[in-house]
Amino acid sequence: MVFRQRGRADVRAVDGVSFSVSPGETVGLVGESGCGKSVTSLAIMGLLPKRGVRVEGSVAFDGTELLALPPDKLRALRGRELAVVFQDPMTSLNPVVPIGTQVTEVLTRHRGLSNGEARREAADLLRRVGIPDPSRRLREYPHQLSGGMRQRALIATALACRPRLLIADEPTTALDVTIQAQILELLRTLVAESGTALILITHDLGVVAGMCDTVHVMYSGRIVERAPRHDLFRDPRHPYTGGLLASVPRLDQPRGARLEPIKGSPRDTIPWATGCAFAPRCPNRIEACTPEAPELVGERHALRCVNPLRSAPEAKVVPR
Amino acid sequence: MLGFVVRRLALLVPILLGLSVLLFLWVRALPGGPAEALLGERATPEAVERVKKLYGLDRPWYEQYLTWVGNVFRGDLGVSSRTQHPVVEELLRTFPATVELALTAMIFAVGVGVPVGYLAARRHGTWLDHLSVAGSLFGITIPVFFLGYMLKFAFAEKLGILPTDGRQDPLLDAEHPTGFYVLDGLVTGNPEALGDALAHLVLPGVALGTIPLAIVVRITRASVLDVLHEDYVRTAEAKGLAPATIRGRHVLRNALLPVVTIIGLQVGLLLGGAVLTETVFAFPGFGKFMADSIVARDYAVLQGFILFTAVIFVLVNLLVDVAYGLIDPRVRAA
Ligand SMILES: Nc1ncnc2c1ncn2[C@@H]1O[C@H](COP(=O)(O)OP(=O)(O)OP(=O)(O)O)[C@@H](O)[C@H]1O
Ligand code: SF4
Ligand SMILES: [Mg+2]
Repeated sequence: MVFRQRGRADVRAVDGVSFSVSPGETVGLVGESGCGKSVTSLAIMGLLPKRGVRVEGSVAFDGTELLALPPDKLRALRGRELAVVFQDPMTSLNPVVPIGTQVTEVLTRHRGLSNGEARREAADLLRRVGIPDPSRRLREYPHQLSGGMRQRALIATALACRPRLLIADEPTTALDVTIQAQILELLRTLVAESGTALILITHDLGVVAGMCDTVHVMYSGRIVERAPRHDLFRDPRHPYTGGLLASVPRLDQPRGARLEPIKGSPRDTIPWATGCAFAPRCPNRIEACTPEAPELVGERHALRCVNPLRSAPEAKVVPR
Repeated sequence: MLGFVVRRLALLVPILLGLSVLLFLWVRALPGGPAEALLGERATPEAVERVKKLYGLDRPWYEQYLTWVGNVFRGDLGVSSRTQHPVVEELLRTFPATVELALTAMIFAVGVGVPVGYLAARRHGTWLDHLSVAGSLFGITIPVFFLGYMLKFAFAEKLGILPTDGRQDPLLDAEHPTGFYVLDGLVTGNPEALGDALAHLVLPGVALGTIPLAIVVRITRASVLDVLHEDYVRTAEAKGLAPATIRGRHVLRNALLPVVTIIGLQVGLLLGGAVLTETVFAFPGFGKFMADSIVARDYAVLQGFILFTAVIFVLVNLLVDVAYGLIDPRVRAA
């Protein structure tokens, strides 16, 4: 399976983001808020609005070009072969439809189950994501469930058809630590047993350390560093990645100390048009960083930087 | 839900008592009175006094009020000073006509308005959308009686495909056990009468339904536009559901919530009678009868009809709240 996609939102570009995920592999996508992680996942799913957004490039799923697929063919794939867990559990469930219907509708649609079979299966799915008393929850409405419970219902729905590709957009942010561990374990099992390819979008480097085979670090709509997990944590080369690792909460340093937000809104300017978009915040900045934006170079450990870090900062990330 | 309905119905008692006092005083505050209206301009004061005495209007208002309330509780709304028929009888004659007309108008408004509003939102920014916006503006501004005459002229007089006025062809042999002519046609198994009653409803229904139609189009369009941007619609798309499921279960079910409120409000208004439409099509309904009763200062009719309208309005609103609760579980919980 190869994914190569290049999405462009009308305001701010996701540009040249290119990666591939194989069956049974977990790829991490990290980067700060607004860097284009969710837009990238929407582009893969073909869920960006038709107007005002131009998506160029290629999304290849098992040899099928998704961007060229007619809508009904794409519908048949979505929810069955391609699934996504959206970021915001509070708004991603329909408030006027019972949870049960929202879980079973994928089963009846894609697996042709009868309503009764689908309900039994749905109860089972809810139990597996750690929702107690599933048959009662199936009858309830989203407002009767806590945020964590809704998140898990969404995850259960995404897993319902054992998708071959799962995109999980911050799947554990709304959950407390024990449930978080349970969900991550569930995802790990899914990847290991069903050979699902997983794209995991997260802020949490602990999650990345515990889950991902390959990590893509995004900044301002582009991938700035890509490496196998061990290489990235042992030897982060991009100054932004270095900052991310250093800003993992530690006792001796206030949170995010090295990554102060840029003054002014980065959305006012076109990033990367006048050189490296990270330049205003970069401690390693040199003359060569502008006005030409650096290219992503390297195979195993790819980097978009003309003056990368040399030594690893002392960051210890506890895997989850 | 049951408790909610009972509470609302209990609330009806103080509302109706208060309203009835105001109403009673209001009709008596109108210049002139039934006696003057009956006898005309040149009536002698003695004649006026005699008629007043006949209707008990010479007594103090609170005495009249208590007598009236007592009678109302016994189901007696008095006798019309204009037609000399019992008010209850007039009510049972005219109200079914108005109900049929109002329902026709709403079926037209909702049946056309919701699909048009939905399509306009789905094709946001296209010519269809612009046409719907312009059309609904036109629908709201066009005077009802003008539209009524135009419809009548075109479809009844020129094309001759629909009847010009009334509720039923007077030459038709039809029985009316319920007073709802469409229903009567059904229960008496008289297809001819049924067809005739329906045909008589088309033009006035369209004329009366135009403003509600325009409102329904606008509300539906705006509401669907909002809902289409909701995350849960994106979730539904991500699940690869059939377009019909997404449309019905995930878009319309949410988008129609505000439309339900508007429909209730409009039905309440329409049941209060449609003077202009009923006049243009000589439709013997509630509104026209009320208007004539105001001119005649027909106290008994005004009191009875307005009280009845208030009850209907409250009931319709209750029905809307129940419907709303059925669609929206969050309201049910509250
Ligand atoms: N429909 C849209 N129209 C215009 N711009 C958009 C649209 N959707 C997203 N964007 C822009 O695309 C950029 C990337 O947004 P995205 O949601 O992918 O960020 P993210 O990396 O997922 O952030 P977060 O971690 O907060 O979820 C943002 O700057 C946003 O302003
Ligand atoms: S290219 Fe220059 S500015 Fe950009 S990250 Fe590298 S060193 Fe910093
Ligand atoms: Mg996001």
